[in-house]
Amino acid sequence: MVEQSASMPAVADPIGAFTEQALERHLASLEKAPAFWLERKRAAYAKFASLPLPGRTDEAWRFSTVSGVSLDGFTPAAPAAAPAQRRPAGIDIAAAATLAFVDGRPAQAGPIAPELAQRGVVVSTLTQALAEHPDLLREHFMAQPQKLGSAKFAALHEAFVEDGAFVFVPKGVEIDAPIVVVHAASRPQGALFPHTLVIADDGSRVTVVDHFVSAGDTRQFACGANDLYAGHGAKICYAAAQCWSTKALSLQFNSTVVRRDARVQSLNIHLGGGQARHESLSQLQAPGGFSEMLAVTVASGAREFDQRTLQIHQAPNTKSDLLYKNALLDKARTIFSGLIIVDPDAQKTDAYQRNANLMLSDDAESNALPGLEIQANDVRCTHGATSSRIDPEQEFYLKSRGIPPKAADELLIFGFFEEVLNRLESEELHAALRTLIRSRVRM
Amino acid sequence: MSSLEIRNLHVSTGDKEIVKGVSLTINSGEVHAIMGPNGAGKSSMAKAIAGHPDYLITEGEVLLDAKSVLEMESDERARAGIFLAFQYPSEVPGVSIANFLRAAIQARMAEGEEIDAAAYYKRLYEKMDLLKIDRKFTSRSVNEGFSGGEKKRSEILQMAMLEPRFALMDETDSGLDIDALKIVAEGVNHLRGPNLGVLLITHYQRLLNYIVPDHVHVMIDGRLVKSGDRTLALELESKGYGWVKKEFANA
Repeated sequence: MVEQSASMPAVADPIGAFTEQALERHLASLEKAPAFWLERKRAAYAKFASLPLPGRTDEAWRFSTVSGVSLDGFTPAAPAAAPAQRRPAGIDIAAAATLAFVDGRPAQAGPIAPELAQRGVVVSTLTQALAEHPDLLREHFMAQPQKLGSAKFAALHEAFVEDGAFVFVPKGVEIDAPIVVVHAASRPQGALFPHTLVIADDGSRVTVVDHFVSAGDTRQFACGANDLYAGHGAKICYAAAQCWSTKALSLQFNSTVVRRDARVQSLNIHLGGGQARHESLSQLQAPGGFSEMLAVTVASGAREFDQRTLQIHQAPNTKSDLLYKNALLDKARTIFSGLIIVDPDAQKTDAYQRNANLMLSDDAESNALPGLEIQANDVRCTHGATSSRIDPEQEFYLKSRGIPPKAADELLIFGFFEEVLNRLESEELHAALRTLIRSRVRM
Repeated sequence: MSSLEIRNLHVSTGDKEIVKGVSLTINSGEVHAIMGPNGAGKSSMAKAIAGHPDYLITEGEVLLDAKSVLEMESDERARAGIFLAFQYPSEVPGVSIANFLRAAIQARMAEGEEIDAAAYYKRLYEKMDLLKIDRKFTSRSVNEGFSGGEKKRSEILQMAMLEPRFALMDETDSGLDIDALKIVAEGVNHLRGPNLGVLLITHYQRLLNYIVPDHVHVMIDGRLVKSGDRTLALELESKGYGWVKKEFANA
């Protein structure tokens, strides 16, 4: 413990407005929730309250601006507030089902296609799922360890999460069109806890899109989580478009469990947030599992994007492939810290990790911390981080066709991202996400 | 009718002077060929006119319809009507030909005006048919993994779509076999007409069998040393550059 001298600034408040009284008010509003749910929330709260805020010497927060990760001024939604009526605008794609949440509460959403409901597909709110499928929640909701530094905030999320999306796809059911979930933030200084839980039972196939949006460019605190569980032979494609306000503090925790011969592809698009941290954990638990972890980030202004990843190979013959690309402009900062762990008996692991940074400004800063921890001897693990500038010959080529410098940079950023977006199998999703990125990137 | 007037042009890269006072006027409708051995300064001159930042114009003028372009950025020069067909076009991974050309055309439109996508594709496909380019080409990344012939055809396609007033074609024949050369030449001949002036840079006369120039100039050591009609090119073909050099040295 470091002794504090009188000249040091006051220690940031480790709980802010998230007091025990606030928790009790929140729990009281959950009239129909089962006992286990309330118990978990109480336990999570105790954990949240006992853990310190991240400090400058925390290895898991190396290079992060930890002073920005403060709870000061943020408030949880008042339990009495009326649920939002208006459905926020989502991405432009034909969906199998849509769900929308405003400040964590269900808003008007499109119905699930009847043929999917008949086959047992569930697309509902967490509240509904608690009533109808409590065992699935008990088993999969935030069930995985927090290993990337945000245990405190994950506990805060679990304690205060009001509602969220629940997607369950039964054995062998395959869904082509994506299920689209919109999480909107509307309150200035508001804290919200968006959640999406996807359970793909054995041999099923599903695509889920999370879209995070803010109404207005105000300061907000989004503390979100998503759990992806792919049973044996299941296939999940998950895409998240983070478009929070540019003044938001965003902390997002992603956990992926991949069972035998299952395949999960997750793509995170980071466009919003003033300070945005994303933690992603993939656990390859059984042979034949494959996790593809993808991300593209447009870092502009004086914003900070902090990505922490962990690929854990727990079984032999598993594969993971990470490709994170950042485009940096202005005075933006990015941090990528990625670790691959191969357990002793996870022979024949094939793990790949690449972080590429395109620097469009001399004042921007990218930090990369790739790492390996290999305890098996027959594996293939490769990792690398690169940082490059736009090739002046390439830029001259574009300009020589009459394309002005800003539009040329925009084209080159898109070109840089295409390698990632091309990994999506669905042309429609690819096009919709490209349009979304373009609408936010216009320079 | 337009004119591109090059007046006493001097160009340096680094601290080395490459072009040492070239004067030449191209009017729309005309095709001028500049021939000369490697290192004569032909490509440097073209790049300098297009506004490449590594080629510094230290003296002289480039006038497009009597208006200097030297204060313009390269993208402004392009929009004003100057097109450089590159000897070695850059690869632009992840940017499709269709999107690339669309951005270039959008840049030529007034602010707030949006491209008509249907009309754009119609026109693009017409030009591609003309140049015998497969339509799948449009979704490929610009020049990435292209063969030499594909790269040059892509340059001609861009020229066809952007409709410049003056095209500077830098060693368009380099790296092409005879069949590819014929296709590219055919494309250029299609685009030839009263609204386009062409400056064709080559060191082989071979290209001039297929694109017949109105004027031929010989460039040696940064200067135009001899001008004539297409018979000059044939003469160079049979005698090489040696005799022009000698003639120039004796003058």
